[in-house]
Amino acid sequence: MYRQMVRIREFEQRANDLYLRALMPGLTHLYEGEEAVAVGICEALQPDDYITSTHRGHGHCLAKGASPDLMFAELLGKEAGYCRGKGGSMHIADPATGNLGANAIVAGSAGIATGAAFAAKRLGNGRLCVCFFGEGALGQGVLYEVMNMAQLWKLPVIYVCENNLYNEYTHYSETTSGEILARPAAFGIPAESVDGQDVQAVYGAARRFVELARQGHGPGFILCNTYRFRGHHVGDIKRDYYRPKQEEQQWMGERDPITRLANSLAEMGHADRASLDQLYAEVKVEMDKAVEFAIAAPYPSIDQAEQDVYA
Amino acid sequence: MPETESPVRELTLAEAVREALAEEMRRDSRVCVLGEDVAEAGTPFKVLSGLVEEFGKERVVDTPISEPGFTGIGVGAAMTGLRPVVDIMFGDFLTLIMDQIANQAAKVHYMSGGHWKVPMVLRTTLGASRRSAAQHSQSLHAWPSHIPGLKVALPSTPYDAKGLMKTAIRDDNPVIFFEDKMMYKLKGPVPSDEYTIPFGMADIKRVGRDITIVATSSMVQVALGAAKLLVEVGISAEVIDPRTTWPLDERTLIESAKKTSRAIVVDEGYHRYGVTAEIASVIAEGAFYNLDKPVKRMGAMHVPVPFSPPLEDATVPSESKVFDAARELCG
Repeated sequence: MYRQMVRIREFEQRANDLYLRALMPGLTHLYEGEEAVAVGICEALQPDDYITSTHRGHGHCLAKGASPDLMFAELLGKEAGYCRGKGGSMHIADPATGNLGANAIVAGSAGIATGAAFAAKRLGNGRLCVCFFGEGALGQGVLYEVMNMAQLWKLPVIYVCENNLYNEYTHYSETTSGEILARPAAFGIPAESVDGQDVQAVYGAARRFVELARQGHGPGFILCNTYRFRGHHVGDIKRDYYRPKQEEQQWMGERDPITRLANSLAEMGHADRASLDQLYAEVKVEMDKAVEFAIAAPYPSIDQAEQDVYA
Repeated sequence: MPETESPVRELTLAEAVREALAEEMRRDSRVCVLGEDVAEAGTPFKVLSGLVEEFGKERVVDTPISEPGFTGIGVGAAMTGLRPVVDIMFGDFLTLIMDQIANQAAKVHYMSGGHWKVPMVLRTTLGASRRSAAQHSQSLHAWPSHIPGLKVALPSTPYDAKGLMKTAIRDDNPVIFFEDKMMYKLKGPVPSDEYTIPFGMADIKRVGRDITIVATSSMVQVALGAAKLLVEVGISAEVIDPRTTWPLDERTLIESAKKTSRAIVVDEGYHRYGVTAEIASVIAEGAFYNLDKPVKRMGAMHVPVPFSPPLEDATVPSESKVFDAARELCG
C-alpha cells in the first residue's frame, strides 16, 4: 500500500510538471493528499471488481492497477493512451482493471456504478462496484436516486465519499446541510466515517463493506475525511481567498498519508528508512520512464477523430 | 414489406413492440426491462402486459420514479454484461435524463477509445393530440438525433416497430426508440416468422411521381392520408419514412426527390431547428439541380403544446395542411 501511495504522489507531481512545461493539453485535477483513500479501498478489491472514478481520478486508476505509461500517454492526448487520446485526464477507462471510467460530470458515474452492481447481481458473477465521488456530488439528486435503488435491490455497490472539504472553491459546509452520514442512513445503507489520511483505517472499512456486499447484504457508504493538497486543478494556485495557507500547511505537515504510513511502518518495525527510500527511488524511475514513453508517443492520426463514435 | 411465407397476423403497434421484446428476452437472457410500472401494470399504455408473467420480476423491473437514476443504472448494466431496455414513460421526460443519455451513454464508447460499449435501448414516446398538455405531448426526437453516439428509431407501423425494436436490442450502441402514443392501437400486418429491419434504411410507404413527402412516425399516416386526397386532384405523391433519424438513409430521400423534383418534410417535432430542417437540407444539397421548388418543411407549431383540443390540433401538421402544401408546391 505504501508503494501504491508513493506511485500516486509521484505520478501527480509529474502531471503537474507536464502542465507547467506546457506539454499537457488542458488542465488536470490532482489527487495529492488523498492517496490513502484510493489505495485503502482498492486494496480490498479483487482485480475483476469494478470502480467508477471522478475528474480527480488518477489515484483511483493507479490503485486499481492502471499502468502509468498509458495514463500519461492519455493525459498528453497520445494514441497509446488508455482511451487512444480521446478521453484525457478526466476519462481514463480500462476494462482490464475493471475501471468503468472516470467521469467529468459530478456524480455522473453514480448511475453507472450502481448499474454495474445491478448487472453483477443479475449475472451472479460475484463482482462488486466501488463508486468514488467527492463531497461535491452530495449536491446531485441522481446520487440519492441510485442509493435508494441499490438498497431496495441489495446491490453490491460501495459508495465512497471523499470529503476533501472543498466543492471546487467553496467549503463544503456552505453547500451541505445536516450530517453527511444521515444521508445513507435515510436509505438504511450502513455507513462509516473514517480518517481518510490513515490508509489502514480506510482499508479496514473497505474490507468490512466488501464482505457485506459479497454476502448479499447490499450497498455500503464510506465517508473518507481527507484533504486536497493542491488546488481544484493545476491552474488553481492563488487559493487564499477560499482556504487559508495555514490550513494547508497543517494538513500537509501533520496529516500526510504517506508520512503517516511511513512512520507507522517504522514504529512497528516493518520497514526501515533505507528500504522506504529505496522504494521511493524505484518509483521515481518507473514514473520518469512512463513520462518519457508518453512524451515520445505519437498523436493519433486525424482520421481517428471519426472512429469509435459507434461500436 | 418483403414477401414472406410465414402466416401474417394483424397486430397493433403495441402488440408488435411487446412481441419483439418477448422474443428477444427468450432469445437472450441478458435482455431485461427497467422502468416505472413496467411489471404488473405493463406500463400505462399496456405495451408490456404479460412480460412479467413470463420473465419474472428479476427481468422486468419496476423502478421508483427516478428517471435519471434508473437510466444511469441501465447504462452501467449495459457496460457490464446486460442488454437493458429502459422505459421512459413519456418522451417529455428526456429533459430529466439528458445527462445519462447525452453525456454518459452516448460518449462511453468513444471516450474510452472503444473499450466499453453501451448496448442499451431506451423506449419512450412522442406525439401530441391526447389532450395531455405541454409536459406530456412533445416530440423530442430531434434532441438525441443531435448527439453523436446515439441512434434514433421511430417506427410508423406495427411491422416496422417489431423489426426495428429487435434490431435496437441487438445493437451494441445506445438506441433511443420513440413510439407514437396515438398509434399504439394502429393495426397492421406482422409476419410470425423472425425478421429484423436494419437501421438507416428508409421505407417507401407509397410510390408516386409528382412530389416526395418524407414523413416520420406519427406523420406517416398523415402523409398517406394526404396522398390519398392528392390523387383526387391528379397529384401522385411518394411517401417515404426514414424509420431512423440516425443513421439516416440520405440516398433514398435524395433519389426520390430527384425523381419527383418536389419535396415536403413532415415531422411532429417542433418546426424550428428540428428534424425537418436536417432532412430538408439533406434533400436540398443532394437534389438541388433536380428540384423545381424549395423543400417545404412542416413541423409542430413553435408553442408549448396547448391543452384545449382545437388549439392542440392546430399545432400539428394535418392531412389537410399537407394536402394544401403539396398542391401549392405542385401548382
